[in-house]
Amino acid sequence: MENLTLTVNGKARDIECDPATPLIFILRNDLDLTGSKLGCGLEQCGACAVLVDGEPTLCCNRPAGEFTGKDIVTVEALAQDRTGAAVQRAFVAEGAAQCGYCTTGLVVAATSLLKKNANPDRKAIVEALSEHLCRCGSHARVIAAIHRAAGETANV
Amino acid sequence: MSSAFSSTSLKNHPGLDEWISVGTDGRIAIRTGKVDIGQRISTALAIIAADELDVDISRIDVIRTVTGEAPDEGITSGSNSMMESGAAIRLASATARAHLLAKAADRLGVDIDTLEIDDGLIQSRGTNRSVTFAELQGGIPFGLEVDPDISVKSPDDHKFVGQHIAPLGLSDIVKGEYTFLQDMKMPGMLHARVVRPPHYHARLRGLDDAVADRLAEGGMRLVRDGSYLAVAGPDEYAVIRAAERLSASCDWDAAGGIPQTDLYAALTGNERISLPVENDGVPQKKPVPPLEDPPEGTAQTLTARYDKPYHSHGSIGPSAGVALWQDDRLKVWSHSQGIYFLRDAIADALNIDADAVQIEHVPGAGCYGHNGADDAAFDAALIAHALPGTPVLLKWTREEEHSWAPYATAMSMEMQASLGADGRVTAWSQESYGDTFNMRPRSGPNQAGPARLLSSRFRADPPPPFIPQPTIARHVGIHRNLDPLYTFPNKRLVKNLVRDLPLRTSALRTLGAFGNVFALESFMDELAEAAGIDPVAFRLNHLEDPRGREVLETLAGQIDLTADDGRGRGIGFAQYKNLKAYSAVYVELEVNDAAEIVMHRALLVGDAGEIVDRDGLTAQFDGGFLQAASWAIYEQVTWDRDGITSRDWDGYPILRFDNIPEIETVLIERPGVPFLGAGEAVSGPTGAAIANAIYNATGIRLRRMPFTPDAIRAAALEV
Repeated sequence: MENLTLTVNGKARDIECDPATPLIFILRNDLDLTGSKLGCGLEQCGACAVLVDGEPTLCCNRPAGEFTGKDIVTVEALAQDRTGAAVQRAFVAEGAAQCGYCTTGLVVAATSLLKKNANPDRKAIVEALSEHLCRCGSHARVIAAIHRAAGETANV
Repeated sequence: MSSAFSSTSLKNHPGLDEWISVGTDGRIAIRTGKVDIGQRISTALAIIAADELDVDISRIDVIRTVTGEAPDEGITSGSNSMMESGAAIRLASATARAHLLAKAADRLGVDIDTLEIDDGLIQSRGTNRSVTFAELQGGIPFGLEVDPDISVKSPDDHKFVGQHIAPLGLSDIVKGEYTFLQDMKMPGMLHARVVRPPHYHARLRGLDDAVADRLAEGGMRLVRDGSYLAVAGPDEYAVIRAAERLSASCDWDAAGGIPQTDLYAALTGNERISLPVENDGVPQKKPVPPLEDPPEGTAQTLTARYDKPYHSHGSIGPSAGVALWQDDRLKVWSHSQGIYFLRDAIADALNIDADAVQIEHVPGAGCYGHNGADDAAFDAALIAHALPGTPVLLKWTREEEHSWAPYATAMSMEMQASLGADGRVTAWSQESYGDTFNMRPRSGPNQAGPARLLSSRFRADPPPPFIPQPTIARHVGIHRNLDPLYTFPNKRLVKNLVRDLPLRTSALRTLGAFGNVFALESFMDELAEAAGIDPVAFRLNHLEDPRGREVLETLAGQIDLTADDGRGRGIGFAQYKNLKAYSAVYVELEVNDAAEIVMHRALLVGDAGEIVDRDGLTAQFDGGFLQAASWAIYEQVTWDRDGITSRDWDGYPILRFDNIPEIETVLIERPGVPFLGAGEAVSGPTGAAIANAIYNATGIRLRRMPFTPDAIRAAALEV
């Protein structure tokens, strides 16, 4: 066990843990940030995506120790972010989820995309979601939601 | 208007208080036995109740389903929820409204006809007299039975029904604030993982005691019962590591492994129970009639065989369960679709009274049928039972979900049809072959419930194996949608429950309908071509059902199957179970140079009766289309002697964001007409529409799923 300092959603957090523990378990179990979902533990489905220094990052398999000194942002903080909030509103408006288990990972990926590319075309959206799976078949609605969010943020 | 609506759920649960109560704060609680699995049933029920009671939808709380507290409406399956719970809530709400109005008239001393309701406030027209639902009924039971003949509102008076309503819970989901079962946390809770054998038939000879002792010294709790092995502890990742160490220390007797056979030869060659299906989809306990020679007037006879592999539910969140054994009572939190059956099965397995077990439904990831949810709940219960007073959160791993949850059976469909010179079908035969879809842990003789819970069979004292018998109810199991909606003379329909197939199977969305409609609607295109008739016209020539015709004609009016631009176009049609929602599916795709299918456009036309949750219903269509497209194009479970080999998303690829067509869903408006369950309506037609479009694009008729580049290349060599 070691004392690890991680910056999560703008705050420095000291955690006593085995630094080999994948980040997702620290977020979910130590910091009560359960918005990031454990879908596979193999970096195959995207349900665990968080932002690390602004980049969408799968955190289900990488040791927490690799994330010291980095800026980790989880889906819980995105409502306070202009782009993140627009993405969340757009997902609701488009009904872009059924069971919702993959949704937070998609919200994170979409927010990251729109911060870099305010008006992505379909190809850019598909590329940004290439690591993400959805089983209920909400894909078309997710793509529509990202277009909607792009339109909304562009008009502000 | 008087009710065209009726619900079998009311027969078992006639009491109004079982369904609806009014709080002292004026909030309306709705109770249902149907659980939310991503299909948004709670949103639809809230819409129905809000309109029938004249309250704002924000005033409605749909209460989480708990055994012993909610009406027992069996399993949330079969596209039954709107027809059972939806109709029950509509009639219950109308009964409650009539009672509240009568009570208000009495309380206010006015004529009931002068009363109007606005968001739970009852006012007498032309007076200043008013009373609220809460004042009349807050915290007070109705003490009435639901009136099954009560007048319900005219569709013209609906405010929420048929509108776009944001799904309940979605704004929490997108913010990461929605609590799934997997997110539950309780004081003193331990995380747990199961150590699984390599495959179904392996048994534990022993394990390295030194490893077990070290783990126990480190604070891990080990649970062993025969070949069942699990580990629990306070730190989730430490538990995962401990399970890995334990697994590595186990000595398994592989007992010959999973039998290696040619699956499709086994499906039609193994011992089987064969039953003719007659009377609109009902299996008959009598000998199967022989396949007759084509009747007089037959110009040509076609035969074809279609196959589909085993499919995985593939939930994005591996199954989980939470359990607490305390004071001789067991509480379980589960995302199972059948918590009442599950309660009885767990009680039976642990040899405790069913009344001592309570199960609360908490949403997990979508199950789409009988996935690992029930098994994981039982795993949690087994571990909690060994650790009294300790709440346990048991999660399956991705590999467990992919390799231990039940699959939808592989199926084969053998078709034969004769055509007259006029292009009409003169005789029709379909035989469908598969394993059972019916392995939910329903109680019965010989510990039928426990026998169908996965971990039972590894315990030291396992229940006898459950031998499935053919289901004989209408359109249930292998014979779902085996009987076509079309009018064919000289029909011969046979279901074959095949023995000794290699993998564990149970219910997946649509049961046999996906395979049967894939075969039927592919074969209809083959017959239409042989007859030289347009595929839509050929279908309409054999379709009398007026609503079915309208759905198909609506689709046909918006497409051009003869367009010649290199893209393939295909259609499929069915009424789910010949009883529920109608759907017609059109797909436009291309087969690229890499022999990959690229979907461009889909048009879905549906008739689900009165539309309640317009967006939720549309989502069932477009989501159902994409899931079925994934089954058809990408998916198959694979295995070898040593176990399942499609153990994760690399080994079991599914549809991704790079192959999503533009999808348009058109719903036929049927205000005031009873709801038709829609959650499984498009799946079968989708499989056939894709096969038909591939043929249209390439001249290659694919009769076995999945439609992978390898399958397309192999078939191209045979053309």
